Amino acid sequence: MNSFFEYFSDIFRAVKSLLTGMTVTGRYFFSPGQIVTQQYPENRKTLKMFDRFKGEVIMPHNERNEHRCTGCGICETACPNGTIEILQAKIDMPDGKKKRIIDKHIYRLGMCTFCGLCIKACPSDALAWGQEFEHAVFDRSKLTKTLNQPGSSIIKDIVE
Amino acid sequence: MKEIINLPVKNVEEEEYHINMGPQHPSTHGVLRLVVSLQGEIVKNLKPHCGYIHRGIEKMCEKDTYPQIIHLTDRMDYLSAHINNHAVCLLVENALEVEVPERVKYIRTIIDELNRIASHQLWWCSFGMDLGGLTCYFYGLRDREKILDIFEESFGSRLLHSYYTPGGLMMDIHPNFQQRVKDFIKYFRKKIKDYDKILSGNIIMHERTRGVGVLSKEDAISYGVTGPSGRASGFSCDVRKHHPYGVYEKADFKEILGTAGDTLTRYNMRMLEMRESMKIIEQLIDNIPAGDYIAKMKAVLKLPAGEYYQRVEAARGELGVYVVSDGNKSPYRMKFRSPNFSNLSALDHMSRGCKIADLVAIGGSLDYVIPDIDR
Repeated sequence: MNSFFEYFSDIFRAVKSLLTGMTVTGRYFFSPGQIVTQQYPENRKTLKMFDRFKGEVIMPHNERNEHRCTGCGICETACPNGTIEILQAKIDMPDGKKKRIIDKHIYRLGMCTFCGLCIKACPSDALAWGQEFEHAVFDRSKLTKTLNQPGSSIIKDIVE
Repeated sequence: MKEIINLPVKNVEEEEYHINMGPQHPSTHGVLRLVVSLQGEIVKNLKPHCGYIHRGIEKMCEKDTYPQIIHLTDRMDYLSAHINNHAVCLLVENALEVEVPERVKYIRTIIDELNRIASHQLWWCSFGMDLGGLTCYFYGLRDREKILDIFEESFGSRLLHSYYTPGGLMMDIHPNFQQRVKDFIKYFRKKIKDYDKILSGNIIMHERTRGVGVLSKEDAISYGVTGPSGRASGFSCDVRKHHPYGVYEKADFKEILGTAGDTLTRYNMRMLEMRESMKIIEQLIDNIPAGDYIAKMKAVLKLPAGEYYQRVEAARGELGVYVVSDGNKSPYRMKFRSPNFSNLSALDHMSRGCKIADLVAIGGSLDYVIPDIDR
């Protein structure tokens, strides 16, 4: 007889604790002010990422299409997984000497782990984090990017 | 033909048979394959098969320099990424005998505890869902989002941060950091009561977890089960108490210990630990001293030849990092003692004699992260 009562009191307590939990869900159900979801593709215009957001590595250019990269290759050695490759070119200086400058700063987004070591290592602050986060493309080759824009040159006051 | 006919007819109900749970089972939280021997629905024994997400992180570390290793440790136990980073940073700092600024120690401790809360929140979500309560998932993730926003504002990423570096931090904390953390603690103190109402006090959950998957203290020690799972069995193994690092010595907190060692106790351990973590953060957040966020370090870090070991308390147990250095800029051999691997080894012992539905509850209470098991 005792176990008989225990059996039914267990069911009763289970229903009671279930209802206690459902008061919480009910409260949220009737207070639409607490909705936290974002309507993502619709709010794309107003969506603002945080300033330090790590979207991708970019090389900022000024309005005269100039960047700060000297092509020293420190970011290439700092990178743990071969994301960055620097192709250098030689140019003839007016005084007859040959100088190495950057030809292409190749950045493979598909291999990047966003650790930030290249940006920390750069002695001339040529690299920065970009805010772009929609990286989906139809072809894998599009993930290999050249960071210095075509026809760009180095800002004059950068010394190696 | 004759032989086939003469085969003895087996009684299917009494026969022991094997089923594969995983590698794509939702309750294994990743690609873990458990070969379960069943008699009816009683688990006779269980063999975990690891290696589906083995990436050779220990081997990859041998070609990387010490600052580069940090980003690989993120990818082991991704839910306590900061704490994994902390282990490697502490090892390098202790080996080079670098004194990191006091500010760094405070910030690291606060962020570790935030990371622990975030990890336990996600565990709460998935534990509730494993037992059939989908509502938990929404509420847990909603609150975890607040921590991830704090992380995103300060370090730029939400899950794999790579924020610590040997000698300090990659950048200083965001000016809003302290205020946001204080707001979060205030917010979460209210919301954790909802957690208790929804799941902790639920009789159905109690009936499914009480007395299930019992692990005695002796077994916990011999299997090396650490973290909340080990402490539920009464095994006092909190690295923060026994071998303090960071500024845990200055913080006043309790080591939560249980006695029963069943699934319900393991659940309660984590719920109480979230409250203790909040207590630690509240004590430290207003006292962050001013100063540098990184100590002066050499450009190339070379550890003196020898062996080094460093342990920290990750969200799931004790994480150990063992390095053999031959004096070069990358380690000669690196070994991680990951908490999940040791905890998984006790799963066979705990689940014998349980029903297969209980196995899901036991697995949920162990809170395993598969990339940490395989590395």
